[in-house]
Amino acid sequence: MTSPDDSLETVRSLTGEGYKYGFVSDIESESAPPGLSDDIIRFISGKKHEPQWLLDWRLEAFHHWQKMESPNWAKLKIAPIDYQAATYYSAPKKAAGPKSLDEVDPELLKTYEKLGIPLNERAALAGVAVDAVFDSVSVATTFKAKLGELGIIFCSFGEAVREHPELVRKYLGSVVPQGDNFFAALNSAVFSDGSFVYVPPGLRCPMELSTYFRINAAKSGQFERTLIICDKGSYVSYLEGCTAPQRDENQLHAAVVELVALEDAEIKYSTVQNWYPGDAEGRGGIYNFVTKRGACRGDRAKISWTQVETGSAITWKYPSCILEGEDSVGAFYSVAITNNLQQADTGTKMIHMGRNSSSTIISKGISAGRGQNTYRGLVRVQPKAQNARNYTQCDSLLIGARCGAHTVPYIEVRNPSARVEHEATTSKISDEQMFYCQQRGLSKEDALSLIVNGFCKEVLKELPMEFAVEAQKLLAVSLEGSVG
Amino acid sequence: MLEIKNLHAKIAEGREILKGIDLAVQPGEVHAIMGPNGSGKSTLAGILAGRPGYEVTEGTALYEGRDLLALSADQRARAGLFLAFQYPVEIPGVNNMYFLRAALNAVRRERGEAELDAGQFLKAVRAKLKELEIGDDLLQRGVNVGFSGGEKKRNEIFQMAMLEPKLAVLDETDSGLDIDALRLVANGINKLRSPQRAMVLITHYQRLLDYVEPDRVHVLSQGKIVMSGDKSLAAELEKRGYAMLGDAA
Repeated sequence: MTSPDDSLETVRSLTGEGYKYGFVSDIESESAPPGLSDDIIRFISGKKHEPQWLLDWRLEAFHHWQKMESPNWAKLKIAPIDYQAATYYSAPKKAAGPKSLDEVDPELLKTYEKLGIPLNERAALAGVAVDAVFDSVSVATTFKAKLGELGIIFCSFGEAVREHPELVRKYLGSVVPQGDNFFAALNSAVFSDGSFVYVPPGLRCPMELSTYFRINAAKSGQFERTLIICDKGSYVSYLEGCTAPQRDENQLHAAVVELVALEDAEIKYSTVQNWYPGDAEGRGGIYNFVTKRGACRGDRAKISWTQVETGSAITWKYPSCILEGEDSVGAFYSVAITNNLQQADTGTKMIHMGRNSSSTIISKGISAGRGQNTYRGLVRVQPKAQNARNYTQCDSLLIGARCGAHTVPYIEVRNPSARVEHEATTSKISDEQMFYCQQRGLSKEDALSLIVNGFCKEVLKELPMEFAVEAQKLLAVSLEGSVG
Repeated sequence: MLEIKNLHAKIAEGREILKGIDLAVQPGEVHAIMGPNGSGKSTLAGILAGRPGYEVTEGTALYEGRDLLALSADQRARAGLFLAFQYPVEIPGVNNMYFLRAALNAVRRERGEAELDAGQFLKAVRAKLKELEIGDDLLQRGVNVGFSGGEKKRNEIFQMAMLEPKLAVLDETDSGLDIDALRLVANGINKLRSPQRAMVLITHYQRLLDYVEPDRVHVLSQGKIVMSGDKSLAAELEKRGYAMLGDAA
């Protein structure tokens, strides 16, 4: 019988290719000189023909950032980042606002085709409206007209600044202020583009809205900004997907996502994050430092975050809900995988302010190889949140003997009527489980994928259908080479 | 179908458990392997199925003329070898039906047959449940999750029926069953007997053999087959107990 280590090597050698989105597109791009200063921020803002108030807002954020330090409380080993060496603006050259898909650089369209994104109107069949962000600019938004007839705004952030300044000005930074944290401040100073959604009162958005983010240019960071507003009684489901080419150096991704749900509104935000994770030796990969937060501003508002995090060398991300309204509901469903030398420190914050507000947290961490996976979560019940309820479940699955799983829950309760539950488990895929599956005819890889998908089931079922299928496949790919 | 010659095996980095097993099983035959605790019965079953943790130090095992020991556990399974587990494993979150369909399609691919879609599979399941006279209550649950001992064994028999193996090894499938569950399991085994299929029943007690009539009975003791005979050997063992091996071994 082969020893586990032998077969581990065999599997590894078979799966050397790994990341299938690692291609680089040959597209002429226009970049800002590297480094960060007031001038660079003026340059970015100028390129985008932004109004003075937004430039001022960016500069204010930058001045905050200059006084801040990179956070070091997460359980992550991060090599020092030279922020002056990175490029903060990179745009495909022809990108000055394509009017239709015909004007988009064909190379770019090819890239999206490789990614399997239905960018052109074939998307109609899929029923998904896509906004694609390539490096720093939003390339094309499909279905804009159709959504527009209903009064739903779905466009690039830059366009929203031009066409709907009153909405942007009212809500930008209202959930994640400029000085919120180091990376949010950096984003606020240099954010390039992103998506904007506004759903008017009482309307249920008839299709899933979707953004694909891709980092292409070398040595560039991506700093997109997403703002989604659901007015009273409206509903939207939003999907976000990410990929990046395979490069030896680390690339920075520091995004900010703000969600605002007014009275009786519901936002469902799903992410499948598949940034390049680095190679088996830990070279390269995306540093994913993202601030995502939603505010349930009105009574009975609902926000749910569902994330499948398989990529990135480092993930630092805590999608959170501020439950201001009475009877408001927050949810966080997460699957995070770390393989090889990946590190993830991810979780959520549920801030209960309204009476009868409730929240659910289901976190599934999977560690393989030498991966380190930390769940970090805060449940805070403010004094006025009478009868607030939270249920938290944190499960960790270990594959192999060299990985780590850590759970760091913070619970702060300032109202005696609150009910907060926390359950946590840690388990290992047993040899006997693997043998049982293999004895029934499944290959090692299929057996692993089956067991892992079973472990993640409660989270995967929260994803929209097409996304769930993709996520299942992604889980299998991410764990290739991780079992002996 | 199965030909084992002078098989020696030990626990990886441990003591020797099997000390020279010879066994030949022809298609259509049912062999019972009996023996006291610690005689090596489950080790033999594990080695045939490719369970990790054992090391074969000497001897050969041929399955349909192929070197069985050179195949991985999943290759053996796809080649038609089925092991009914003594302690079936729980796989939380994985639907029993989904699991079985994945397994069946893996086996069918190997046999060069078309995979079954969800509808075809469901139809096949219904037919098999009816044939075996067992209920459908386990189908939508997690694989073995929260199953009672009897339910687990029933599920093993059902999987075996669906996968239609050529060689089935049943490792103490009768242990821990009450009389009704035992009958149900025995009924399943009898229905699956066929001229093309061989079965090896590993059991501690004779009682399963009251319901399933074996062609051959072997007694394993201290890693060796010390007696072989027809079904009357089982009855004799039952009467005199494994103490009778004292003079045979």
